Amino acid sequence: MIELQKVSKHYNNTNAVDNISFEVKEGETVVLLGTSGCGKTTTLRMINRLTESTSGEIIVNGQNIKLQPAEKMRRGIGYVLQHHGLFPHYTVAENIAIVPELLKWNKNNINNRIKELLEKLKLPESIANAYPTQLSGGQQQRVGLARALAAFPPVLLMDEPLGALDPVTRADIRKEFSTLDELKRKTILMVTHDVQEAFELGDRICLMDKGKIVQIGNAKELLFNPANNFVSSFIKEQRFQLELKSILIKDVWSLLPKAFDGTDETVFSPENSLWNILETISAEQQNSTRFVSVSHNDKKQIDFASLMTAFSKYKNSLKHE
Amino acid sequence: MLEQSGKLLEQTFAHIGLTFISLFLSILIGIPAGIWISKQKKWSGTVLGIAGILQTIPSIALLGFMIPLFGIGAKPAIVALMLYAFLPIIRNTYTGITGVNAAVTDAAKGMGMTSSQILFKVELPLAMPVILAGIRTATVINVGVATLAAYIAAGGLGEFIFGGIALNNTNMILAGAIPAALLAIIFDFFLAKAQHINIKKKKKALIIIPLMLISLSSFYLLPSAISSKMLAGFTPEFMGRSDGYLGLKNKYGLKMRTVVISDAVMYKAAYEKQLDVISGYSTDGRLKAYNLVVLTDDKTIFPPYYAAPVIRQEVLQKYPEVESTLNLLAGRINDSIMTELNYKVDYLKLSPEKVARDFLTEQKLYKEPRNGKKGVIRIGSKIFGEQYILLQMYAMLLKGNTDLSVETKTGLGGTKICFDALTNKQIDMYPEYTGTGLLVLLQPDNSIVRSIIGNKEKVFQFVQKQFAEKYSIKWLKPIGFNNAYALMMRKKQASDLKIKTISQLKMYIDNN
Repeated sequence: MIELQKVSKHYNNTNAVDNISFEVKEGETVVLLGTSGCGKTTTLRMINRLTESTSGEIIVNGQNIKLQPAEKMRRGIGYVLQHHGLFPHYTVAENIAIVPELLKWNKNNINNRIKELLEKLKLPESIANAYPTQLSGGQQQRVGLARALAAFPPVLLMDEPLGALDPVTRADIRKEFSTLDELKRKTILMVTHDVQEAFELGDRICLMDKGKIVQIGNAKELLFNPANNFVSSFIKEQRFQLELKSILIKDVWSLLPKAFDGTDETVFSPENSLWNILETISAEQQNSTRFVSVSHNDKKQIDFASLMTAFSKYKNSLKHE
Repeated sequence: MLEQSGKLLEQTFAHIGLTFISLFLSILIGIPAGIWISKQKKWSGTVLGIAGILQTIPSIALLGFMIPLFGIGAKPAIVALMLYAFLPIIRNTYTGITGVNAAVTDAAKGMGMTSSQILFKVELPLAMPVILAGIRTATVINVGVATLAAYIAAGGLGEFIFGGIALNNTNMILAGAIPAALLAIIFDFFLAKAQHINIKKKKKALIIIPLMLISLSSFYLLPSAISSKMLAGFTPEFMGRSDGYLGLKNKYGLKMRTVVISDAVMYKAAYEKQLDVISGYSTDGRLKAYNLVVLTDDKTIFPPYYAAPVIRQEVLQKYPEVESTLNLLAGRINDSIMTELNYKVDYLKLSPEKVARDFLTEQKLYKEPRNGKKGVIRIGSKIFGEQYILLQMYAMLLKGNTDLSVETKTGLGGTKICFDALTNKQIDMYPEYTGTGLLVLLQPDNSIVRSIIGNKEKVFQFVQKQFAEKYSIKWLKPIGFNNAYALMMRKKQASDLKIKTISQLKMYIDNN
């Protein structure tokens, strides 16, 4: 876990980061979101001391980062960069092996770990001896992640990990990352300026502006309970989509109509977001198919009309709370 | 020929040695310096500026600056070459390291590499092609500049080049220039290979290259095995002439340790006890300035170089009074007087005009110019002090004793240019030396040379006759001094060792 207490970074007369405090709990993913220059990257870099904080305390895994040698501390934190930062003169395998080598693992363990990571990240084993420039952008970014994960760091820092990729590759890798078992158990702090990415990958989102935290909370809190106008205007563009993505069937369960018994049903889990279901329905051409969701012997009718009605009722109910 | 090819091999090794010892030292200092300024950026401007200034100093001047600090020979040459190689090596190391992608060094640091691990595992390997390009440039520069090392007795292929230039021997120039060019091309080729070596094998290359450098450097250390107590420094010209070092070996059997050195630094090096014996000219002003003494040529191997005016006969027929006027100077100036006059011009920096007038006044030969309008005599001279002084004296004598006016042309580079100007009627006269007239201008058969060379009268008569017949040019009476080759030593050392003649020098060397 990561904890920041009243941390500031001053450059000459400007406050790049101004007295911020927050915590990333064990196994949680927090996303630092904001425009360029808001201090999010500086905040991230202060945690592995690539930038030294001016004041305040940073605790990683229960230890103050300044009370141990920087190099030793960094070896316990995975670090993923926007421009992957792979060593061009090392092969893929050698790149992945960097931290294990620094930690003096034995050869066998290192080789097994490389194999395991290539498999998990869906990289062909044949690229182990290729050089980074021979890979596609998506592959490079996956190798970058594999390298960060190699020595099983409990904490992972990611600086715009998908920032250099095209939108299609980006969406693909994002999906993969969100299903990767190794990432699920990690304490992750990630920086991005992409609102979609933040809402999709973050358990909580920390919105920053001018070196300060504007709001920190989960997707619903930011959407339906914004701290101020800055928060709502920051997510205004993608608001509808984000709302549909953040509301699950189970959230609007009571607002959906009961389903009739019948045949030829497609069943959704109530854990699906409204967005996921709308996507599937709109892709489905045959009108004969009926969609239902089932939970504890309860069966609900799902179609465009019922979902949108439930969605607007749900939003209204939040306003009146 | 066999002897020359052996010497060629030896000098090629010396050249390789000079190039690589200096290159090795330059790498040893330059790469750490480049690394340092890539970390301390505020110093980069200063360090690169200094290296840049070093590079702009003309090579000969830089070698000259080294003599007071390191004497003559290999040491100053190596230091100068090392300084030359600095700029490409330091700058490319700096550029190479600062050019490493920041994301890569950031990642290295973020993963917990120490700064020395980052330097050796990331920055240096990635900067290596750029650093090697710098070393390549430095190597080619050094192979070229190392030819100049021959000026300060450090050997190398420059000995052939400068000897060839001095002796007007094209083959000899090429014997030095072609191997030097080949060396540059070969080293450049191999370093280019090294530059594009597979990244995987780079670690091996890092060991191989320094080893190669050291072993190539060691070539230079081999030839210096011979040693004797006395060291002689001879000009490239003297080394190659049969009336120079070759004659000393043949006629006197003189065998001593020699180095090749430029005339410009030779006298001073003898004065500073860097050299014991040098080849000089018997009337050179520096003889006096540096307190040297001429050894008697008791077996007369050095041809006589008596100075006398040479003049077109046509001019003498037109203005018969010229001959007697010019002959006023005949026999008036002996070796020591000429040395004294040269000393005043070359060393005390008095103007040739003042020195000439003072001398003529003292000899009661000076007369106020008559400003006559009868005609013009054009006097030429080669470009060195002694000739300027003689030219001024003749001009004064002609203006004071005849109604002729005088035009002087002092910019006529060397013997060939002066003589051509005379035969093409662009000048009327200039001072020439009997030895030069015989060996450079007439170049008769060896048998003739051998029969007359030991006798100054015979030489004078021969050139006088031949010039009159071939070119209608008359040699007037000799002025008196003999500006010939001479072996010189420091006065103190010569008297301590009781050496007055070349034979005594040979005896001393053989006995010690």
